[in-house]
Amino acid sequence: MPAFEVLVEVTLRPGIADPQGATIERSLPLLGVGGVSGVRVGKAIRLTVEASDDDEARRVVEDLCARFLTNPVIEDATVSVAAASMR
Amino acid sequence: MTDRPLARSLGLTDDEVDRIEAVLERDPNHLELAMFSVMWSEHCSYKSSSIHLGRLPTEAPHVLVGPGEGAGIVDCGGGVALAVRIESHNHPSAIEPYQGAATGVGGILRDIFSMGARPIAVMDPLRFGPLDDPRSRWIAEGVVAGISGYGNAVGVPTVGGELQVDPCYAGNPLVNVLALGLLPVERLVLGRASGVGNLAVLLGSTTGRDGIGGVSVLASAGFSADEEVEAAKRPNVQVGDPFEEKRLIEACLELLERGLAVGVQDLGGAGLTCATSETASKGGAGMDVWVAAVPQREPGMLPVEVMTSESQERMLAIVTPDDLAAVLDLADRWDVRATVVGEVTGTGRLRILDRQAGEVLADVPAASLEEDKPQYARPRQPPADRADRLADDPARLPLPTDCGPDLLALLAHPSIADTTWVHRQYDSQLFLNTVVAPGADAAVLRLKAPGVPAADGSKGIALTTDGNGRWCSLDPRQGTAMVVVEAALNIATAGARPLCLVNNLNFGNPEHPEVMWQLSEAIDGMAEACLALDLPVVGGNVSLYNESQGRDIDPTPIVGVVGLIDELDVPPPAVELVEGGVLVLLGGRADRAASVAGSLWADHLHGHRSGQLSPLDLARAARLGRLLVELVADGLVFGAHDVSDGGLGVCLAELCIASGLGARVIEVADASTLFSEAGGRVVVCADGDGAAAGIARRALAAGVSHQILGTVEGASLAVEDLVSVPVLELDAAWRGALPSLLR
Amino acid sequence: MAATVGIVVFPGSNCEHDVAEAVTRLGATARLVFHKETSLAGADAVVLPGGFAHGDALRPGAIARFSPVMAAVEAFAAEGGPVVGICNGFQVLCEAGLLPGALQKNRGLAFLCQEVELVTVSERSALTADVPSGTCLRVPINHFEGCYTAAPEVLAGLHERDQVVVRYADNPNGSAGDIAGVSNEAGNVVGLMPHPERASHELLGSEDGNVLLTALLKSAGRPAAALR
Repeated sequence: MPAFEVLVEVTLRPGIADPQGATIERSLPLLGVGGVSGVRVGKAIRLTVEASDDDEARRVVEDLCARFLTNPVIEDATVSVAAASMR
Repeated sequence: MTDRPLARSLGLTDDEVDRIEAVLERDPNHLELAMFSVMWSEHCSYKSSSIHLGRLPTEAPHVLVGPGEGAGIVDCGGGVALAVRIESHNHPSAIEPYQGAATGVGGILRDIFSMGARPIAVMDPLRFGPLDDPRSRWIAEGVVAGISGYGNAVGVPTVGGELQVDPCYAGNPLVNVLALGLLPVERLVLGRASGVGNLAVLLGSTTGRDGIGGVSVLASAGFSADEEVEAAKRPNVQVGDPFEEKRLIEACLELLERGLAVGVQDLGGAGLTCATSETASKGGAGMDVWVAAVPQREPGMLPVEVMTSESQERMLAIVTPDDLAAVLDLADRWDVRATVVGEVTGTGRLRILDRQAGEVLADVPAASLEEDKPQYARPRQPPADRADRLADDPARLPLPTDCGPDLLALLAHPSIADTTWVHRQYDSQLFLNTVVAPGADAAVLRLKAPGVPAADGSKGIALTTDGNGRWCSLDPRQGTAMVVVEAALNIATAGARPLCLVNNLNFGNPEHPEVMWQLSEAIDGMAEACLALDLPVVGGNVSLYNESQGRDIDPTPIVGVVGLIDELDVPPPAVELVEGGVLVLLGGRADRAASVAGSLWADHLHGHRSGQLSPLDLARAARLGRLLVELVADGLVFGAHDVSDGGLGVCLAELCIASGLGARVIEVADASTLFSEAGGRVVVCADGDGAAAGIARRALAAGVSHQILGTVEGASLAVEDLVSVPVLELDAAWRGALPSLLR
Repeated sequence: MAATVGIVVFPGSNCEHDVAEAVTRLGATARLVFHKETSLAGADAVVLPGGFAHGDALRPGAIARFSPVMAAVEAFAAEGGPVVGICNGFQVLCEAGLLPGALQKNRGLAFLCQEVELVTVSERSALTADVPSGTCLRVPINHFEGCYTAAPEVLAGLHERDQVVVRYADNPNGSAGDIAGVSNEAGNVVGLMPHPERASHELLGSEDGNVLLTALLKSAGRPAAALR
């Protein structure tokens, strides 16, 4: 079965306060950087998934996101599936 | 022919290579050279300091285990013993503050639970450069976050410590860590491998390439100005995993409680090499180690890497073949990896084999790594400017007529200011033992721990760490004695009798004769004070090469002192005043002029770091300690604080701030006396005139000089002719300093 | 007969012995229940203690909720048995969906170990049954991720249905509505960030936590219906 490299990006849902992102954004002027806004901090999770095709790989990971990898009260996830490689 | 350039790159001198050849009666191979290089490193071998350490007093009837084992162990009575140890993680913390400090906590905890003791307290004495320097601030914030992140998650409360700031630590911070644990006396185990055919079981994390040569490269050399050289050291820093350690603690304590291990040894500096050779040589046995059996984090690791890796959260247990199944079951219950990696032999040799019954890669006498280590009587010489510095008396400094502004400046100094910013980040309360929390003169804990039968009655312990590089730079011998006295008085104000002392000797480059002189003098000063104060030294650590760009730090011996409180039924006196109270100075008088030599006032406000420290009377300090314990037990002390950094002025101000009450003090000779840091003095608050007079009579009878200073009244600290500042203003300066510097 | 309090031990839990000590002192029997067990073995009340279950990997409580013991905890809660999550235990209950909302990093982005003043709100939860609303209690907090968060409509519902159990007098961590602890609708499942067991002895500076723990032991002795 082919294996797919999957990237899950977990971010706080819109409207949920992100004190880490806010802190980073506030510190940017100290570095002399202007014109940067909308800083949000999340996490990236990489997985290798064996599946018949990329749709199946995506379904497996989206189910995992809903049940475990994110807390739907505060977090959203986007799932990206990269090209398959044979194991 | 031994590969001498290789040996040198591993940190071995040519003389040391000769010595290895003599021990082996042949040329060592690469693996053997690497093993000797880590075991004979300064960090593991104490080769520069061991000839001096023998002068410290180490014995007392209640000392069960003295220096040389994982931790010192003393009997608290009622079948309960305590294990205590102090270590440093200075160099790793300079390079990667968070992980350096975190793995320092992890390492010291393994020393405690490897002896069967449940760790119940951690303390962190810290030294940083000035916090208005971004690099020092980065180090300080990272170190505190690392202690918090690891200590809280591993489930051991951090109950105290110190924060001191001085420019000499800018390039080389000090991150020391003390840990204390409790055990039932009968569970005491030592790191011993005995019984031919017994198995060496490696518990915990996998072995990776992290921390290879950490003891020889990082801990046994100073810092250079070359950024590339320093950047290359970064891979030597290990990453800590408190969750792994937490499971290891539970698994190891259960292992020992159920009697399933002959011996347990932590893997610290020098990794498997140190753990296997020490357990084998202390048990009078030999050991075979099978490299391929060691679980490895990445493919292609060389035997030399496996044997010298300092990967964290690993323990070695010596187990009989009959108990192996039970040990593996127990480890599985706690999700701890457990692997047989070798066996005890009767040969007295430590042999490294590629696999069981495989090729022999190294073969050395197990004891030689430890017992044949070099010992150096390095040259000692007082600094060339010593006479000039002693003669440069600070009496020439201009004394203020109004001492208020100087007092406020001292209260805002990071070495004195409120440390809530730091200790609020530490779990200081776990196990429901913490009666006096961080920020006081000494932490006070109830003497109990999960899995340890309760001691009889309501015993408690007091513990403190102290150090003062400024005093020691003027006079390492007396300065060190003053540090020991301060620590002893800190526990005495909590009503605790002295039990034991551990020390961490932070010094510069031992190849500098001035540094060796400082070290030798400090050890003598410590020995004198410990003898006078009945404090056996039960353990210690020596951290050398604390230098940056060729400049040594001030000599900074740090001591941890533990005391026993027989009946802890009510909280001991805190740093506070009570309404209607009367202040009594014990251990000296303030109506006679005293020197500011070595004081923070002279240093911070006048850049003056010279002169002769005020004389110290060790016998009187011992009498004062005993008197304080009696006064506290009799319920006569309603508040207490030792006179230390910032002198009597800061001591009084902190008493006022803590209670929000003012005080009116008379008969302080002059500004110099107000800021003098002459040792061995404590201010206590009595409950009224009669009680104060009673304390004065007891002091007279005990041969302790004393002076009734004044009364608790008003909303200002008023010292006749010298100071008049509202307590609110003192409070703002003291409380505001650290939050304005740190994030 | 003394109530038996089952205290769940996840790998990384660290307050289990403290809770045991505190409830034992109040006359209860404490029993540690390892996370791999599948039965609560006759407990009258269950406490999920503080600590760092599974090292707080992914999110605090995210892995612990899948422990074998949690099915038994959920069944016990469904029957109306009192279940209290303290600190990390609160995080586990939220992740498990037994309590509404979630806990985020403190607004100040720092770990906080300090005493706070709590005010009781509900008078019917397993932890505050018969404790007059408005009672002030000094109890320590000890957490990095204690900022209570929920959608506005969920928050409104909590107030309507008397599910706010305790609130902070002076909000230390940015929690929505100053909420320090909440219950489920029935009131038998409660989570709170402060540690009542740390305020259980005069030598620790406060005994106020005993007010909450005593209420829990009373709830344990009651038929489940009485809580509703």
